[in-house]
Amino acid sequence: MKHLLATDGLDPELATSILDTADELKRTLLGREVRKLPTLRGRTVITLFYENSTRTRVSFEIAGKWMSADVVNVSAGGSSVGKGESLRDTALTLSAAGADCVIIRHPASGAAHRLAGWLGETGTKVVNAGDGTHEHPTQALLDAATLRDRLGSLDGRRVAIVGDVVHSRVARSNVHLLAALGAEVVLVAPPTLLPVGVESWPVTVSHQLDAELPAADAVMMLRVQAERMHGGFFPSAREYSIAYGLNEKRLALLADHAVVLHPGPMLRGMEIASAVADSPASAITEQVRNGVHVRMAVLYHLLAGEEEGVAA
Amino acid sequence: MTSRPRGVTDPAGEHELLSAGDVARTIARMAHQVIEKTALGAGHSAPPVLLGIPTRGTPLAARLAARVTEFSGVDVPIGALDVTLYRDDLRRRPTRPLEQTQLPGTGIDDRVVVLVDDVLFSGRTIRAALDALRDHGRPRAVQLAVLVDRGHRELPIRADYVGKNVPTSRAEDVAVLLSEVDGRDAVLLRGGPSAPDAPAEEGKS
Repeated sequence: MKHLLATDGLDPELATSILDTADELKRTLLGREVRKLPTLRGRTVITLFYENSTRTRVSFEIAGKWMSADVVNVSAGGSSVGKGESLRDTALTLSAAGADCVIIRHPASGAAHRLAGWLGETGTKVVNAGDGTHEHPTQALLDAATLRDRLGSLDGRRVAIVGDVVHSRVARSNVHLLAALGAEVVLVAPPTLLPVGVESWPVTVSHQLDAELPAADAVMMLRVQAERMHGGFFPSAREYSIAYGLNEKRLALLADHAVVLHPGPMLRGMEIASAVADSPASAITEQVRNGVHVRMAVLYHLLAGEEEGVAA
Repeated sequence: MTSRPRGVTDPAGEHELLSAGDVARTIARMAHQVIEKTALGAGHSAPPVLLGIPTRGTPLAARLAARVTEFSGVDVPIGALDVTLYRDDLRRRPTRPLEQTQLPGTGIDDRVVVLVDDVLFSGRTIRAALDALRDHGRPRAVQLAVLVDRGHRELPIRADYVGKNVPTSRAEDVAVLLSEVDGRDAVLLRGGPSAPDAPAEEGKS
């Protein structure tokens, strides 16, 4: 694997192999006193975050450290980016300083692809940890890992993705990955929160949450991304919550085995009720736990394999 | 059992070192040695834990354990220990899928652990296994059982139980076939002086 930039076009076999590796890592580390593997000893991983994030950055940092990589965190606020350095120069600097892998989060869609282009010659790998409203592939992989844990397999399962789809890179990455792994995806959102061109996605679209719940094996709630909304996408938070919030009454419409996911951070009371987030159906903390193992698996696939030009 | 007589080199340059019957007898002999060396059944210590190294070490460990139980009447716990994450040659090869690690419920602390693998070659797999074991607990002692020792050690490691010593050239390849994985039991020697250099790796032939 050269880089991990998107789930759109990700080979389903490779995706499954990453998920299997994550499962094996989880089993291997379960109940151990020392959660440290020597696998990536001597490798340097840099997280380059132009947007605030706790869970993703920490998750990558822990994943790298549990595999004995040296992890360096760079955040845009406290770096030369603040002095006006371009993304390209920052990336080339990090690569020249010895980064084997740069994990980038950026507010601009496509930033990870640009970075991979610039670093292509250097051998430094790039992982997209969220670029604008484009993709967040490791989130989709950890969601898939969580659904596999709870449901056994994704093949033929029906997953409802609910809420602010237009601004959600998590939704985009999940749509492509879930479809590739054989799941049926339905997007549930008001028309204003659906992207242009959604007809060409491998999904069906609905505006009625209540009608979709009984048949769903999983419900993936999205965060309403107020910071990306420059205009009126819905009349009021209360109205949104009434139409698309997952409350206890709606939870009762779900099948017994159905799983509730949320990529976090949650707006409790808005898109998801507290009682639902803390219910047995909710797999939200499992998502975070799986996030570490999935990111370990991604780093393993990127960095543990042969170096270019070394092996035949 | 193959119909081809043992010890004959076929036109493809393949030579059968052990037949299915030989494999069974070899494992039985190794089981007796394990019983003797670990003083199994003497009643004063816990039975050893047999850990197979995937892929073919795992079924070998299971077979060896079954024989040990049959001859001694003592149940011996078995497990599997994947060493991929501990290998020092990861960067030289394509990414490998991880195999299962499954330790028995008894744990390995203060037990005699017998690592079981099919072929002992450079010794690097066993070094990785020793590192992996250290992260899982503290055995009282670690022993090594291999079906074939083909030489060419790159580390100071030797086996406690050897099914068959096979002096080989580096150009040759030793293939252990087991019915659980390959559909039949046999040990084959492949290639020869004209073959390209065999990879410095054991147990994955």
